[in-house]
Amino acid sequence: MLAAFLAWLIPGLGHLYQGRRAKAALFFVCIMSTFVYGLYLGGSNKDLGGGRTLGWGRVVYASWRTGDRRLPYLCQVGIGLPALPALVQADRAGDGKAPLWNGFMATPSLERQDFDQFGQPTLNTLHKQLHRFFELGTVYTMIAGLLNILAVYDAWGGPVFIETANEDKKDEGEDKSQDADS
Amino acid sequence: MENLLWASFWHNDLWYAVPLIIAVSLVYSATRHEQMGPILVHATRIAIWIVGFMAVVFAVLLLMSWWQ
Repeated sequence: MLAAFLAWLIPGLGHLYQGRRAKAALFFVCIMSTFVYGLYLGGSNKDLGGGRTLGWGRVVYASWRTGDRRLPYLCQVGIGLPALPALVQADRAGDGKAPLWNGFMATPSLERQDFDQFGQPTLNTLHKQLHRFFELGTVYTMIAGLLNILAVYDAWGGPVFIETANEDKKDEGEDKSQDADS
Repeated sequence: MENLLWASFWHNDLWYAVPLIIAVSLVYSATRHEQMGPILVHATRIAIWIVGFMAVVFAVLLLMSWWQ
């Protein structure tokens, strides 16, 4: 169970804990690179005027507001710790506080204008500026989260040991010699 | 005209599917095997299967568009 939890927390960590280092590295590289590329696609450092930019990681955010039930986050959270800053930002948004980390994984406002009271881009601006890359980034991060669910299941199951034909013959040989002695 | 179409070949959004196919193939195969050799072999088979399935769906949609 600890291996499964560690595998959820950081992709590959559970497998590293079990000593399955090659698979740990493979899971970490494949899943994290997919997630990070999704964060890159779902953001921009293009200047939108007044020194304001979109920021990065805008497609990973937690929201359950009327009109914006962010269901993709249910898949994105499968990657574990890398997606948890969105919960911190959502909690701050609920309390009416300014987002942290330059709006990384911040819950966007649903107001009609381009920027909210904290100078952060609204959901309208995100879609307008990112076009199809908003959906692409969402898909990449969702798939990364879902792939980590597979990795968690693999860590929970543990390593697979396959008996080879030589080991079977060796066992048969030992049985026969024991029968001959008796 | 054909040169313009070929020039846009590398700007097709379908290329964004390639990293996903690679990641999904590798991760899925890694859940079926323990050694890197069988993982890579199985991942290659899975990736070819995915691309082939997409090609079949593309062909079906193309035929349907001609039929209309």
